Amino acid sequence: MTSVAERLRPGTPTRRWVGLSGAAVIWAVLYQANEPFWTWLIRDVVGMDLAGRAGSAALFFFADTVKIALLLVGIIFVVTVLRSFMSLERTRAMLGGKREGVGNVMAASLGVVTPFCSCSAVPAFIGFVAAGIPIGVTMSFLIASPLVNEIAIGLLFGMFGLGPTLLYVVAGLTVAIVAGWILGRLGVEKWVEPFVFETRLGGQVIDTTAGLTWDDRIQMGVEEVATILRKIWPYLLVGISLGAAIHGWVPTDFFTTYANASNPLGVFVAVLIGVPLYSNAAGVMPLVQSLYGAGLPMGTLLAFMMSVVALSLPEMILLRRVLKPQLIATFAGVVGTGIIAVGYLFNIVLPH
Amino acid sequence: MIIKVLGSGCANCKNLERVTREAIAELGIDATIEKVLDYPTIVNYGVMSTPGLVVDEKVVLSGRVPTVAQVRELLAAVKP
Repeated sequence: MTSVAERLRPGTPTRRWVGLSGAAVIWAVLYQANEPFWTWLIRDVVGMDLAGRAGSAALFFFADTVKIALLLVGIIFVVTVLRSFMSLERTRAMLGGKREGVGNVMAASLGVVTPFCSCSAVPAFIGFVAAGIPIGVTMSFLIASPLVNEIAIGLLFGMFGLGPTLLYVVAGLTVAIVAGWILGRLGVEKWVEPFVFETRLGGQVIDTTAGLTWDDRIQMGVEEVATILRKIWPYLLVGISLGAAIHGWVPTDFFTTYANASNPLGVFVAVLIGVPLYSNAAGVMPLVQSLYGAGLPMGTLLAFMMSVVALSLPEMILLRRVLKPQLIATFAGVVGTGIIAVGYLFNIVLPH
Repeated sequence: MIIKVLGSGCANCKNLERVTREAIAELGIDATIEKVLDYPTIVNYGVMSTPGLVVDEKVVLSGRVPTVAQVRELLAAVKP
């Protein structure tokens, strides 16, 4: 079986760079032409009224599906290629010997850029602790990694601009740094399964990114795009369909009446809804955009997104292998409180 | 040759095992594949990003699923 990436594998460096530039140009043209194309098709060819319900919903659905799909493809590819220069092993080496405080800040920042799958949470946790990195610093890393996600950064920037994007990054890092620091202060070592401290690292730690060629990195990018899109396309379609329905049929003042920034329960309810849902940031972003378009405030939506990606039942069940229930509960409580605080703060700073 | 696939049942671990079996079949070598699910043992190998591939007690790859061709190269490099 040959994968798509294997068949695309170019023979020479020149062909590789020409191929990449060509793909970038095609991407840019499609992105620019997307909205005018659908406007033309729906208004001039099909003859629908774009100011009407069905017309505006159809335009929203098609233009936004293609726009988000294009953004995802571009962002996931670039992020994966860039991330292939970082590794968990390198991050651990950088964190080794760092005290709490500085260590929490570094761990949270590295959590953003280090390639990391939640399925590696347990070996990473053991590996960090076995290397002498404090529990609180390790937790800062594990919290920041899903919470502040480069794909979400790219999508937020593409859809909402610089302001909300910066707020998201700063708020997410703050939650990870403060939550990790608090967990460290609480002296939670007693709530870590004892075998973690007995585990010794093997002598032959290999750097997973050593020896990768540009072709390898590009191939990883192409495969990651395929993997993520395969995983999230249902979320994407549901999110955008909902957005289209809201766009055409829900009265615009519905959400602004019931879930506006001054509603004291809004953020809390958003987090309660978000926790049982489990998806990555790329999966929830279309829904977030739809709801924002419908008039929900940014803080409530960010809190919702953060609770979906950072507090997930499957990851907590995985972490149960190394953490006792008390620590998992404390972890969820501290992170949840942080997310709710961020939501309220945003609603005050950025009323819709 | 003893090949170990490190990782506790995630999708990538299964993919790595499948790819490795294909590579063994293509090379026609005599090898047994063992799965290592136990976290302390995985970390003992120095592996933090699953899945990991260990050939004759030596870690040759971790953190990603390679292509069949890449596994073939890795195995050929170890082959006595």
